[in-house]
Formats: sequence, structure tokens, C-alpha cells
Amino acid sequence: MCLAVPGQVVNIGDDALRTGTISFGGMTKHVSLALVPEVRVGDYVIVHVGFAISTVDEDAALRAIELFKAMAARDRRDTVSAATASEETS
Amino acid sequence: MKYVDEYRDRSAAEAVANEIRRLVTRPWTIMEVCGGQTHAIVRFGLDALLPEKLTLVHGPGCPVCVTPVGLIDQAVALASWPQVVFCTFGDMLRVPGSRRSLFDAKAAGGDVRLVYSPLDALALAQSHPDREIVCFAVGFETTAPAFAMAVKEAARLRLSNFSLLVAHVLVPPAMEAILSAPGNRVQGFLAAGHVCTVMGYTEYEPLAARHRIPIVVTGFEPLDILEGVLMLVRQLEGGRAVVENQYVRSVRRQGNEAATALLAEVFEPSPRAWRGIGEIPASGLRLKPAYAAYDAALKFRRELAQTAGRAEEDPECRSGLVLQGLLKPTECPAFGVRCTPEHPLGAPMVSGEGACAAYYRYRKPVMRDASRSIGDRM
Amino acid sequence: MGNDNSLEVSCPLPALEQRTIALAHGGGGRLMQELIRRTFLPAFDNVWLAQLHDGAVFPVDAGKLALTTDSYVVRPLCFPGGDIGSLSVYGTVNDLAMCGAKPLYLSAGFILEEGLPLETLARVVTSMAEAAQAAGVAVVTGDTKVVDHGKGDGIFINTAGVGLVLRGATVTPQRVRPGDVILLSGDLGRHGLAVLSVREGLAFASDIRSDSAPVHGVVEDLFSSGIEVHCLRDLTRGGLASALNEIAMAARVGMTVEDRSIPVSEPVRGACELLGLDPLYVANEGRFVAFVPESEAHKALTVMRRHEVSHQAAIIGRVTESDEPAVVLTTVLATRRFLDLLSGEQLPRIC
Repeated sequence: MCLAVPGQVVNIGDDALRTGTISFGGMTKHVSLALVPEVRVGDYVIVHVGFAISTVDEDAALRAIELFKAMAARDRRDTVSAATASEETS
Repeated sequence: MKYVDEYRDRSAAEAVANEIRRLVTRPWTIMEVCGGQTHAIVRFGLDALLPEKLTLVHGPGCPVCVTPVGLIDQAVALASWPQVVFCTFGDMLRVPGSRRSLFDAKAAGGDVRLVYSPLDALALAQSHPDREIVCFAVGFETTAPAFAMAVKEAARLRLSNFSLLVAHVLVPPAMEAILSAPGNRVQGFLAAGHVCTVMGYTEYEPLAARHRIPIVVTGFEPLDILEGVLMLVRQLEGGRAVVENQYVRSVRRQGNEAATALLAEVFEPSPRAWRGIGEIPASGLRLKPAYAAYDAALKFRRELAQTAGRAEEDPECRSGLVLQGLLKPTECPAFGVRCTPEHPLGAPMVSGEGACAAYYRYRKPVMRDASRSIGDRM
Repeated sequence: MGNDNSLEVSCPLPALEQRTIALAHGGGGRLMQELIRRTFLPAFDNVWLAQLHDGAVFPVDAGKLALTTDSYVVRPLCFPGGDIGSLSVYGTVNDLAMCGAKPLYLSAGFILEEGLPLETLARVVTSMAEAAQAAGVAVVTGDTKVVDHGKGDGIFINTAGVGLVLRGATVTPQRVRPGDVILLSGDLGRHGLAVLSVREGLAFASDIRSDSAPVHGVVEDLFSSGIEVHCLRDLTRGGLASALNEIAMAARVGMTVEDRSIPVSEPVRGACELLGLDPLYVANEGRFVAFVPESEAHKALTVMRRHEVSHQAAIIGRVTESDEPAVVLTTVLATRRFLDLLSGEQLPRIC
């Protein structure tokens, strides 16, 4: 029920519901932007039942993704060195 | 898909899982509240990545599952009247009431329409001035602002044929009820990321303090859930009990102020019975008196009183225990035998996010397989 | 559904006189004869139909015949990439191909709703004729009935098809063996979403067009290339997951498939995420799975990729030994879970 998906704002309307067009991987839908008054074209929003409920903090998202990549790289290095160590001792 | 695929990266998932494994020294029981998170855990097999010492239990975070039987019965009654067009989210269609579901009402000729958004129901009200449009307002705080907006629009457009059957529920009172229940095993919570996108997470701070329990506001993609678990484990192993935010790309501490202002204008807290659990004080929402004209339970009070029977639950259904994390679906004697998605005894077996349905769909008896035995984590 | 009786078809058409189907059009009298002569005969245009007999008679080469039937109740009647007419031809042609047969002749039974605009019927029939021509089959016999207004949804079509089984083709789930490789002919989810995109209440804009198309050409190529095809199944309602489960149950085998090998286009993924649908369960109309021995897998893939309709063909998994028939999915995170049959319907009335 909390199904909400990130999409990119293509345009913003000026009707009472601030209906905009949001693109989800190339598929577009009309969505109300009334709850995110600060949103601009090109921003990403989280959409739930026809409403954008937040704008995606892209800086925070990118930082998180970089952190995950670093974790993955470290993890791979640790796995490799552990495997090498066990070969050496066997 | 941007901001989706990056959170499904396999090597990152393994790295986070390995880190969790390194940190866990004792058994911990953690609950994820939201049905969307349950669904993601099962869909991506996340529990297979976690160490055995960690027990994940699923909470009452499926609004479909917790909508009281009496409200389903009212929905079915309304849907059966020829002048009504009854609008609902797809999930609610097959949830059994005392005798029938909305699907049964539809099959018997009721005009039941599936909608994606309350705005779709509003549009129907505008295009069908001769019909009464009633929309089933189901959902947590995530969904309530959409219905609040629909009601405000209806008022602005002076529509007299649009109303809501309100069934909204609030998360913090439910978490309080779970934590206060005797026999509670939950030691940490993954809080619902989209509920907190709307409400923020200040409400959870007194909960964490009073019960000395860590709470991490978590998103819905595999990496979100794994990172949320990691943050919880760090707190549990370190003896801390505070509220933290994993889902930073969507959740701010104060939440969405436009949405909370709208909620405060249109709705107020009300008592609510949670199906299978019982009444939890101030755990639901109802329309404020200024918006009474859009409250279907009031508008059709007389008619509903005539048709209402006694709300009955199937005595064999143990969904209440499942929803509180006290019973795993597979531990229920009726699971998969007398209770299946085709013939559900209760809501968690029929809802797309219900724990019982998730277990039924993705778990089965152990399959003999050369490399690994699936199902042994049941 | 309810009181929504829109029989409008949003396909571009030259303007015709405003005339509608009446009960008498199914009555066997003058009006029905007029309908046949003015609408069906010119569209399908073949010697059998022109005889205006109760049935069609034709010679066949020695061998085995395949017979199949399907009914089409899709709503709305028109959707991006096709309509109920083209669907009813390609669907039956494909079922014959799934039997390892070359499709030859089709019958077409129509149940029309009183009040249906004749122009809509003409549009659908033209579409059927074009599909039949593209598929190299003839619609040689048919039937028309008319039901009262409100008792049908514009048009229901049943097509039955006869085909000649290709030499060397024995296609049945019972031939599926552990070790067989599973090939998927193309990307998932287009048809179901194309229909949804024009359905009231869930409207979204996209370039997604139905994948409804004939696949018998690539099937014939597989056989004529000498590939040992154990089983074929086209993916319709219930999607890939349903087709695999049905075969697993019929053949009493297990299967394992890799999520990351399964092609799904970006717009389909976006729509599925938004609507909460799983592409593995969404309907397709021009996609099939093929089960071949491991030694033939790459050859089969090469053959499939030669054809437009299957140019995105991929190896998605293999058949395993199992006490209990089951399909296991390896997720993108390399975890595993069961891929079960759908309970209830994910999307109503899409075929």
C-alpha cells in the first residue's frame, strides 16, 4: 500500500492540483504536484496514488550510491585477500 | 530506472549483508512495519542474505489487512446499491468481509471500479452527476493526503455526489500497541519510509525513548532494507536506542509540511479497530466536521444502519497474531490448507502485501536441489 | 463492466454511414446475408468463403493435423499495436505454431452486441483480413450471432484453426527433460500494458505497443534447421510465470530461471513499478518459450534471433530434476525464490 515510485518531472501545470507530467523510465503519467510546491522541471519525485509526496534529494542519493560502491569494492578486496590468505596457509 | 536500479546492485547488497554478518553477535528480533517492505524482502529473497541470528518479523503495515471487517461490510453494502459507483484500490477487492467481498458484490452486479488514485474517483463524480461516487479511503498516513486533497477539490468544485468511506490508520499507535503487548519479542523497528516521507519521524522519538528500542526509517529497495537492518544492528549491538533515517533521499525529519498541513485541515484522529488486533485508541483518521458532507458513513448513515449485520470474523483466522509478529504465517494450522489466496480466511492471505500471501506465493515445501535448499528458512 | 457501455473504438477510420448491428443481423435472414456479403466476404476474399456453404472443404497433405480454438473478449476493442481482430488471428495462428504445425485455415465466429456500430465491425474485420494475409492463412468459414444490447461487450470472437504438423515435430510437455535449456523469444509485458494504457482509470502515456504478432515463421525455421524442439508454449494471460508453471506441472520437472536474463523494456518496467505489477505475470501475445536440449541451445538462439519477432530471444534458464514441480527464480541479488502460479487475475480482460 505504500507503493511509491521515483519519476522525473517533465512539466508542471497551473491548475488547482498542479497536475504535471512525470516520466517513469519513458512511460509518462499525469500526477498532482500540489504537495511538493518547491518542485522544478527535471527534479525527481516520489509518486504515490497519483500524488508526488516528496522530491528526491539527489545529492543524498548520489552520496549513498557512492558509499554502497565503496562498500562493495572493499568487500570484494576483503574476499579476495581472505581467499588468497587461505590458499597460502593451506 | 533511476533511483531504483542502483538500489538493487548485487555486489553492494552482498557487501552490506557481509557487514551485518560481521556485526551480529547475538539473536535479535526486528520488525518491518510496512507491507511494501515485506513484499520487497520476499521478492528479492533478502532474508536469505541475513545471518540466522537475525529474525525478521512482519508487522501490521498492510492497511488492507487491518481494515476492520465492519468497514468492509459497509463497503460491500454501498457497492450493492444501484445509484452508487464504488471506487477502490485493487488490493481491497478480494478481502473477505463477514459474508462477502467487494469482488462478490461486483460479480453480483455492483458497480465497483478499480482506481489508481482518489483523483480518478473525483473525475468519475464529475462525469457522472447522476450517480453517487463513493471512494474507499484505505491506507496509512502516506495515502491520507491524497484523499484529503480529493475532498478539498470536491468542495472547491461544489460536488454533491462524492464521498469517502474512511478507513485510514496511523502507524505510531500501532507500534505502541505492539511494544506494549505482553509477549512482545520485537527489539528493533524498520519504520515505514513512505509514511515518514509524509509525517517525518519526530513522533517516533518518544516511542524509542520510552521503550528503549531503536527505530530506523527505511526505504523499499533491497539496498534500503539491508542498510536499514545494518543501522539497526549497529544500534542493537552498541546498546543504543534512537531514531535514525536511512531513507534520506525521501524523508526529512519534519516530513512534508504541505501534506501534514492538509491532513490537519481535513482529518482528525479517531479510534480505530484493527482487524485481528482490536481497537487501538487514536489510531485512525476521520473527516473533520467541516467536511462531514464528504463522509459516506454519515451521508448514508440511515441506509447503512438497515443493512449492517454483525461484523464477523472467521474464528479460525489468526491474522491478528501474524500482524503483531507473534506468529509466522507458516505456523498457522490453516495456512495453505484451509486458507489460500483463492479461499482466504482473512485479509493477510489475500492482500498483495499481506505476510500470509507473501509466504504462500514465495515459499513451498523444500525442493530437492543440488546446490541449495530453498524453504529451510521458513 | 457496470454501466460503461462505450462501444466507441478510438482507431482512425474514414467516415461511414452511421449504422448499427440489429438483432436481425444474426437472424439468418436478409439482413444477415447482407452483412456477410458486404462486410465479411470482401474482407476475407477466398474461394471457400465465397461458396457461402455451411463449412469449408479442403485437401491436406499426408501427415498429422493440429486443431486449436480460442475466444477473444479483450476490452477495449482497440489498443496500441492491434485490436480484437488481429489478436484473434495471430493468437490462433500462434497456438498452431506451438503444436509444431504450419497454420492453414481459420474459422471465425462472431457474437455481436445489438447497437454495435457497423463501422467498428468493419474495422475489426479489415484488421483480421490483414492479419490473415500477413500470416499466410485464410479465414474459410464463420458464424454470426447477435445478442441483446447490454448482453455482450461489442464484439466477442472465437477463432478455431487447422494446421499441418511439420515433419519431425513432436511438441509436448512430456518431452521436456532435466538439462533442457529454456529460451524466451523476446521482451515481456507489452500486450498487457498496451491494453491497460487505454483502459479507463489507469490511463498513462507510453510508446508501449502490443507485441501481438505471428510467430509461426520462426517456429518453422527452428524445425527446418533440424533443431530438436521438445516443447513450445506461447505466453498469454498469466505471462511467463504461468507458462513455465504449467509445463513444469505437466512434465513433472523443476525449472530454474535467471531474472537478469529475462528481457523487459524500460517503459514496461516503469509502468509495472508504478502500477505494482510484476512483468513476469503480465500478458504477452507474440512471445513464446522453447525447450531444447542443451546441445541445441545456441543454434536455436541463432535461428530465433534471425527473425524480427524474436530478435531479442534469450536463454533464461534450464530444466531440473525435482520431486515437486516448481519454478525457481534467481533474483538480481542472486538469491532464490519460487515463482508461483498467479492467484486470481492480475489484469482482467486483456486477451
